[in-house]
Amino acid sequence: MASTEIARQAGEGVRAVPLAGHVGFDSMPDQLVNKSVNRGFCFNILCVGETGLGKSTLMDTLFNTKFEGEPTQHNQPGVTLKSNTYELQESNVRLKLTVVNTVGFGDQINKEDSYKSIVEFIDAQFEAYLQEELKIKRTLHSYHDTRIHACLYFIAPTGHSLKSLDLVTMKKLDSKVNIIPIVAKSDAIAKSELAKFKIKITSELVSNGVQIYQFPTDDESVAEINSTMNSHLPFAVVGSTEEVKIGNKMVKARQYPWGTVQVENENHCDFVKLREMLIRVNMEDLREQTHTRHYELYRRCKLEEMGFKDTDPDSKPFSLQETYEAKRNEFMGELQKKEEEMRQMFVQRVKEKEAELKEAEKELHEKFDRLKKLHQDEKKKLEDKKKSLDDEVNTFKQKKTAAELLQNQAQQAGGSTTLKRDKERKN
Amino acid sequence: MGQQKNLDGYVGFASLPNQVYRKSVKRGFEFTLMVVGESGLGKSTLINSLFLTDLYSTEYPGPSHRIKKTVQVEQSKVLIKEGGVQLLLTIVDTPGFGDAVDNSNCWQPIIDHIDSKFEDYLNSESRVNRRQMPDSRIHCCLYFIAPSGHGLKPLDIEFMKRLHEKVNVIPLIAKADTLTPEECQQFKKQIMREIQEHKIKIYEFPETDDEEENRLVKKIKDKLPLAVVGSNTIIEVNGKRVRGRQYPWGVAEVENSDHCDFTILRDMLIRTHMQDLKDVTNNVHYENYRSRKLAAVTYNGVDNNKAKGQLSTKSPLAQMEEERREHVAKMKKMEMEMEQVFEMKVKEKVQKLKDSEAELQRRHEQMKKNLEAQHKELEEKRRVFEDERSNWELQQRLEQQKMEASRTLEKNKKKGKIF
Repeated sequence: MASTEIARQAGEGVRAVPLAGHVGFDSMPDQLVNKSVNRGFCFNILCVGETGLGKSTLMDTLFNTKFEGEPTQHNQPGVTLKSNTYELQESNVRLKLTVVNTVGFGDQINKEDSYKSIVEFIDAQFEAYLQEELKIKRTLHSYHDTRIHACLYFIAPTGHSLKSLDLVTMKKLDSKVNIIPIVAKSDAIAKSELAKFKIKITSELVSNGVQIYQFPTDDESVAEINSTMNSHLPFAVVGSTEEVKIGNKMVKARQYPWGTVQVENENHCDFVKLREMLIRVNMEDLREQTHTRHYELYRRCKLEEMGFKDTDPDSKPFSLQETYEAKRNEFMGELQKKEEEMRQMFVQRVKEKEAELKEAEKELHEKFDRLKKLHQDEKKKLEDKKKSLDDEVNTFKQKKTAAELLQNQAQQAGGSTTLKRDKERKN
Repeated sequence: MGQQKNLDGYVGFASLPNQVYRKSVKRGFEFTLMVVGESGLGKSTLINSLFLTDLYSTEYPGPSHRIKKTVQVEQSKVLIKEGGVQLLLTIVDTPGFGDAVDNSNCWQPIIDHIDSKFEDYLNSESRVNRRQMPDSRIHCCLYFIAPSGHGLKPLDIEFMKRLHEKVNVIPLIAKADTLTPEECQQFKKQIMREIQEHKIKIYEFPETDDEEENRLVKKIKDKLPLAVVGSNTIIEVNGKRVRGRQYPWGVAEVENSDHCDFTILRDMLIRTHMQDLKDVTNNVHYENYRSRKLAAVTYNGVDNNKAKGQLSTKSPLAQMEEERREHVAKMKKMEMEMEQVFEMKVKEKVQKLKDSEAELQRRHEQMKKNLEAQHKELEEKRRVFEDERSNWELQQRLEQQKMEASRTLEKNKKKGKIF
């Protein structure tokens, strides 16, 4: 019997011992299955494709039901993602199915950013799971997984080649999600052209390095069918919820004047192959790949971005606590440094402003010192003027006094002379 | 949460269980079982009986054959296959447990071992590059109780109390063939009473929606703790070859449910609840360990009131993010405050300077005015003085003239010109 992964992990040193009877652990797979059935399953499909390629119809056809949604117009300004979750049940199996549609894909004139909202959406689901996984108190076993497990990429049935939008988008998505390319509305292509179209598409994907999902061939029970189906990719599908009577059965079909395309007729299209691969054989593998490959890649990149690594330069593995502690210390240190820087900046500003103000004060004082000096000068001038006036006044007074004195003397003398004259006259 | 939708035909996802089955067989299974009990209680024999193999043989002797002075923890790994299913079985032995005179803390090496397995898993789960995550955590601990017939020993109680929140504990009455059915019944009742009394949480069988299953579960619950007998020898009884212990008075058959609860243990441990034991270990015991470990790291002794409340559900990274945001807000606030204080102080100083300037200006103006007034006064004084002087000088000149005139007259008179 082929070695299991667990046996391989255990290594060489483990001995295999024979059993002397029926122990009963061969019920383990059943125990596991019972638990998963009780818990219920969950699957998330993303449909990417231009408006009008029959995405909603195909979903309805695949799941034999009518899902939400009105057909969208072509006038969307950008690409938005609309997701709907449904509870389906088949026998005792409960499936929580989420269908995500790209609304407005391919409708804009400038489609450079079309892929962005899709990538953001896929990353957001990974991020939500990562956050839950990193929580201290977490409930992973009851977490509603919203990560995209399969991306059906709808290729327009031009018959020629892939559009550049398709190549660009698929290239951006191939490391994030399992891409299953399908040729939509393939009843528009003649059989001969279809084969060439498929070959062209496959070679374009290969030459552009786009990794599409390969159905796994490592499990012997499904290896053969999976590898056969791999060679039929991309699946050329037709969807229809209308039923037409063929013979005595009602079958899903599209009726044309020249004939009826039967959805479930493998000669008419690959719908059955798609359903077989996507749902009946590889659904679990798609989930597993999403979790162990795409999610792990996202997680690894995210943690590396945040500066986590597995071993230090001395090749000693970091324990989680050490890593967190180291991160935290680094982080606290950074914060403190910032705080200190801010304080220093303020101290600097205060210093500068103080110097400025001191300078202004000095100028003010100088100005007033100048004015004071001016004033002193004026005062002095005034004093001088006053002094000269006083001098003049004094001089004048002296002159005046002297003159008056003289006058008095003269008058007295003159008076006596006049008296004498008068006396003489009288005589 | 989602909308219920009815399907109009067979879709095919009912094959999911098959897909899961297929993948699980391909991956293989692993299970780690720990056995704890004093030596001589038949632990190795029971393991060999449970797994129908000579796990412990002369080449690989069981713990009882190895004399130990202190409690050791030893692992034996074997790969067994059955019906296309591979199981990597790890048996963890604890030789020396309860064998010393002083058995204080003899459970410590066991607790340390369990924790170290949790630690290994936590570390491998936390790596950036995760590839394989081998699960070597202890999924189940079979605890062997000596068939004294009385009750639990203090060591039994102590051990179970310390381990019931770290591992699924399944207590077993060992060598049950030394007890009569009535003694066994009494013993079981006593043990369960004491277990409840000490609030020991032994492994509980999960309830299911299936009524049939629930009935079985109830039957098992009534028989706890299971009384077991093990044997390495095959004996012929009534033409059948069975595992059993040969006594002069008869054969105690291991797989006879009238003789002991071995089949119940085997069916429960291996055939129906092995997966559940793993799930409980993963979802309950491991998560407890992990959240305690991570909470210790993140808060690290910092007394944070919020830490005791809702924040304990955050991941340490989200927590750091929150702290960062808080710090940014705090810094902004601090910056604003500092800015305000700065502005205010600057305003004050500038105002003071302005006032100072105004004051000086005022004083200057006043002095100027003063000076101007004085100037004016002086001007006035000068004017008055000059007026006076010029008047006086004029007067003097007039006088002078008059005097000149009169002197001339006199002169003329004297000259006889006038009588």
